[in-house]
Amino acid sequence: MPHCKLHRFSRRDFIRTGLGLAGSLALPGGLTLAADDNGHPPIGTWPVGVQGKEVYIGIAVPRTGTYAEQGEDELKGWQLAVEHINGGNDLIRQISPKTKKGVLGKELKIVVADSAAKPNDAVQAEQRFITEDHVILMTGSTSSAVAVAMNKLAQREKVLYVTGISGSNDTTGKDCVRYGFRQNFYGETAANAIGPVLLKAYGKGRKMAFMTPDYTYGHTVTKSTSEYLSKNGGWTMATNQVSPLGATDYSSYLTNIANSGAEVLLNVNWGRDAVLSTQQAKQFGVIPKMKLVIPYQIPFLAKNVGAELTEGVFAATDFWWTLEDKFPLAKTFVDAFRKKYGYNPEWGAENAYMSFALWADAVENAGTFYPPDVIKSFEAGRKLQSFVGEVYFRKEDHQLVRPVVIVRGKAPKQMRNKEDFWDVTEIVPGAPLMQKPDAFGCKLGDYT
Amino acid sequence: MITWANFGSQLFNGLALGALLALIASGLTIIYGTLGVLNLAHGAMFMMGGYAGYFTWQASGSFAAGVVVGTLALGVLGIVMERVIIRYFYARPHEDQLLVTFGLAIVFVEAVRWYFSSDSKTVQAPAILQGITNLGFMFYPTYRLAVVGICAIALLALFLILYRTRLGMIVRAGIEDSVMVDSLGINVDRVFMVVFGIGAMAAGFAGFINAPIVSLTPEVGEQILVQTFVVVVIGGVGSFPGAVLGGLVAGEIISLTSMVNPGYAYVMLFAAMTLVLMLRPRGLLGKVGRE
Repeated sequence: MPHCKLHRFSRRDFIRTGLGLAGSLALPGGLTLAADDNGHPPIGTWPVGVQGKEVYIGIAVPRTGTYAEQGEDELKGWQLAVEHINGGNDLIRQISPKTKKGVLGKELKIVVADSAAKPNDAVQAEQRFITEDHVILMTGSTSSAVAVAMNKLAQREKVLYVTGISGSNDTTGKDCVRYGFRQNFYGETAANAIGPVLLKAYGKGRKMAFMTPDYTYGHTVTKSTSEYLSKNGGWTMATNQVSPLGATDYSSYLTNIANSGAEVLLNVNWGRDAVLSTQQAKQFGVIPKMKLVIPYQIPFLAKNVGAELTEGVFAATDFWWTLEDKFPLAKTFVDAFRKKYGYNPEWGAENAYMSFALWADAVENAGTFYPPDVIKSFEAGRKLQSFVGEVYFRKEDHQLVRPVVIVRGKAPKQMRNKEDFWDVTEIVPGAPLMQKPDAFGCKLGDYT
Repeated sequence: MITWANFGSQLFNGLALGALLALIASGLTIIYGTLGVLNLAHGAMFMMGGYAGYFTWQASGSFAAGVVVGTLALGVLGIVMERVIIRYFYARPHEDQLLVTFGLAIVFVEAVRWYFSSDSKTVQAPAILQGITNLGFMFYPTYRLAVVGICAIALLALFLILYRTRLGMIVRAGIEDSVMVDSLGINVDRVFMVVFGIGAMAAGFAGFINAPIVSLTPEVGEQILVQTFVVVVIGGVGSFPGAVLGGLVAGEIISLTSMVNPGYAYVMLFAAMTLVLMLRPRGLLGKVGRE
């Protein structure tokens, strides 16, 4: 089932037909079709997409395949955000103070497709949503390969895109676009946050092995992390095992690692790949012989491999639910999510919720859905509250400046409940972790 | 990273990978060789065997019961498939056969997804086979070692059926010339059904044996199907010994290439297949003139 629609009204078709008629009548007179009060010409799906009582958001998220489990968690985050925005929930209003009900008084509707974490599938689905539903915002990705492809689609079609999970430096680096925004942490900030922790815990001059998925996310995370460790701690690369996304058997990679003399294993694989490679690393005796590190946290990893394997493991992440002890907003979010879905949200859901909340704030402050104005509103750099404290968008590359959270796996006997897998050991402020805005070759492109 | 220790380790690992590939490929190649049907549902059947075994293992707690049920259930499924659908396609063009088996694969995958969800399911190896064995030159998961032995036994059993029984003789004769076998008064129709059942059983057996290594997902068969086809092409279409040799060659290519550059492991597999197709189109152990 590649495409499930939620709430479809024939009224939309009616409006579309009406518009077509209006257009065919207006055009011969040399009039511009549907310019708004300020006289902007149409751009992307604007203004067609915002003329009804509802506005549509297109979501292309993996619901099958390697990243399915993380995709479902993200989807729940978006759904909760839409529910809160439409209802004018208090939590949303603490992030986006101007929100009342809906966005600029319009109700949000979502259309969802399964991307299977494949760029092609995601782009095709969103293209369909643009044509059929005139979506005014797109999201999705649990793979940076998808995020980068979506960035390009967004810029070409002039429809805004907020990333789902995307850890590659490229997403707001060399593949950044004017129409794309990223909430979550990424390779470079992860590396600079977890690097000092690793040097402190394991000392200088260690030999490291990497397991790297063979696409933009894997390569940039491995590059950032290994460079930090070698530059600041004199660590040397014993081996870097690159594997295709969706690999199931890691025996040959693990055999190389076992023979490499490495002392620390940094597993950059993600989703089910991370689960399988970690379990197999245990089967091959690579861990606990080598110290396992997760430079870019995978939602549900600990639940899937068991706390015995993640005990003592350091990971960098966007969010962990026990931050509720420190941040009141996080507590409200975790409570609301748990009440609705029966488990504590992972960072995919947190990223999803926050990215919609930040978009709602940008639109409310722009006072219009006109995309260039919404983009400028994002770029204004307003300081907003989040589940991890104050955050703001960097205007040069559309990356949110936000802390990176360092967690360490708890021993099974220390867990207070069955989801208490990680201890938050540090909340590292975001700004110093980031590269200079142009260091990764970001050129945002045009507004129109 | 090339050292003698790593070379030895990878050589061994290639053997272990190849044994499993050989087992899955043998089912595919027997069916193709005898029936002339390229079964694109073979990967899905491999997956179904895994889930049937998983269901039984969950219910009974017995790994052995999982193996038996996973194998037999697929045998039954194979026979039903053959009787209800496949046999009507023997006389039809290859494209129709590809389409119908591809369609069946989709149905199987989505049915399993509907019942078991997309989440991966983990099967624990029997307690006695868990843990690590020190081989002297490397540490190797005990269960994977056992799988090499299990696959060897299963392949031997298939060999005995094919080369030491009357049924096997008919099957092999059928591979060479099914029209002649038919005109000799042998009920080819029934033989075909049994062959499809045996091929399906091999897939189901391998599916559950493989489950503790990689865990189960509805898509687990898709990836393995591609590799299996490569194995069959390398070994020789329709040749049982070819499937075994092809499996081992493929396992070694994946393992040894990864020693030099893991990113090229699967590229080299396909390069090897291309080479075989260019230099010896019938495959390493295939015979000229066999379809």
